[in-house]
Amino acid sequence: MPVYYYIFLAVALFSIGVIGVLIRRNAIIIFMCVELMLNAANLLLVAFSKMHHQAAINTNSTAASDAQVFVFFIMVVAAAEVSIGLAIIVMMYRNTHSVDVNFLNRLKN
Amino acid sequence: MNAILLTAIWGIIMMFGGVFFKSKQTPKYWAIAGLVIIIISNYLELTTGASFFEIETKYMLSFNSFNLTFITIALVSTLLYFLLSGSDIEKVGDNVSEYFALIFFVLCGVCLSATYNTLLILFLGIEIMSIPLYILTGSDKRNLKSNEAALKYFLMGAFSTGIMLMGIAFIYGGNSEASFFITNINIGEGKMPVLIAIGMVFMLIALSFKVSAAPFHFWTPDVYEGAPTVFTSFMATVVKIAGFIAFIRLFENSFGKVQAQWQLLVSVITAATLFIGNLTAVFQQSVKRMLAYSSIAQAGFMLLAVFALNITAMQGLILYSAAYSLATIGLFAILIRMYDYTIDGFNGLAKNQPVLAVTATTFLLSLTGIPLTAGFQGKFLMLIAAIRDGHHHWLVFWAIICAAVSAYYYFKIIQAMFFKQAGQEIQDHGSIAEGATITTGFKVLLILTAILIILLGIFPSLITDSLRF
Repeated sequence: MPVYYYIFLAVALFSIGVIGVLIRRNAIIIFMCVELMLNAANLLLVAFSKMHHQAAINTNSTAASDAQVFVFFIMVVAAAEVSIGLAIIVMMYRNTHSVDVNFLNRLKN
Repeated sequence: MNAILLTAIWGIIMMFGGVFFKSKQTPKYWAIAGLVIIIISNYLELTTGASFFEIETKYMLSFNSFNLTFITIALVSTLLYFLLSGSDIEKVGDNVSEYFALIFFVLCGVCLSATYNTLLILFLGIEIMSIPLYILTGSDKRNLKSNEAALKYFLMGAFSTGIMLMGIAFIYGGNSEASFFITNINIGEGKMPVLIAIGMVFMLIALSFKVSAAPFHFWTPDVYEGAPTVFTSFMATVVKIAGFIAFIRLFENSFGKVQAQWQLLVSVITAATLFIGNLTAVFQQSVKRMLAYSSIAQAGFMLLAVFALNITAMQGLILYSAAYSLATIGLFAILIRMYDYTIDGFNGLAKNQPVLAVTATTFLLSLTGIPLTAGFQGKFLMLIAAIRDGHHHWLVFWAIICAAVSAYYYFKIIQAMFFKQAGQEIQDHGSIAEGATITTGFKVLLILTAILIILLGIFPSLITDSLRF
């Protein structure tokens, strides 16, 4: 398949993530949308890695594999972020009994 | 290399030390001792170029006088922060040694994002810097404002991380060299390839989020106000200037050759940041919130360095980050001890606490950019850099007008301290919060900080001479 299919899919996932972050009000859903954005980046990296690999396969059999290593780093960092993020959401839930971000506008004024 | 490894190791030591430390004061002394060791080892590396550790990094990190000088400034600012506000960190909660451990991890991220040479390390550095900060922001667990600030900071930070990763992926895809090295991005002749241009805009947006440049600044005032004041002080100084170093290194090394294509975009962001930061700060009543907006305004000035990208700009950014950190850390250390955080709370401070009032005046003058202070030299070098660049002269005039506006709100505090009578409530209670003590050591440190600011204002070469290009 041409690489454009993957680019379109990744951009679509990324857009769903961005729109979700901007319009949803539930902290957990916003958080899931952020994860979707990260995974879109993962998909794009792997697709580009394959694309560059095929372009350079004659000269170097391991060309462009560094993007796939990058993906593992993103996964690890995303896991670390999940642990912190869920802890913060739980902490907030304990105090307000709600995960709605509209509830949180005390700082505005 | 010394600073990166030692901050991480010392963070782990502090983390496990929490089990053994009996007294609440012990972690502070350990943290200060560790930081002094790290500063000395980093300074040795800066002067001799030799590191304690021989590690093959595959050129993923680069150490030159610019990076190492910046790391020295960040570490010295943190040391000053520990000395001035260390006892206030103890008041935030029970897990004192964890707070110090997290600050050391943030410092590790700061060092990484100052020395990165590939986009991978940039990503890791920014994340290692941000994730402990989310925890510190929410460390006041019972306080709803702190919770809200932590959630907001976390969601915005994770969102900008997603944008940055997308940018990295696009840059990688458009780069025919198929490499993450920032010096190795093949931007071609003439116009940039489409994928790299998209990636660059994404990186610009993500880094603008991190340094709170307009129009991506909206989270800053809420987060800075909601976080415990001690940690706001750290967030607004060391972490923010680290974001700028990451910003300027990326744009200098990878996109410097096509500066003409993105310069207009950056100049618009700079102008908007200066305008919004300064204009909104004028209307603030709370000094803490005003300092948050003023940090946006100062970020606008630092963006001039990214706009100009020449040697003067690099020197200016280093000097500016030192001046800004010193003044803001000092100002926050005084603010933490105030009973009332509004501007009226500063009324009549000069009579009760003359030392605090005089040093606060020095810090405020430095932030405004009055000659003989370090802030003036920083602003001056920034403007010179923008003029030398030769494009978009309107930006220089705009920056000067905005600096003049900033004098209004900084001077309002000076006026309150020296020329206004304290209100009834403050007269009854005193300007200083209960439980906060103004020790002689604290006063001496404040005076030393003020002297350092004036010294840098007279001899800026103390810092800029260590840079070799």
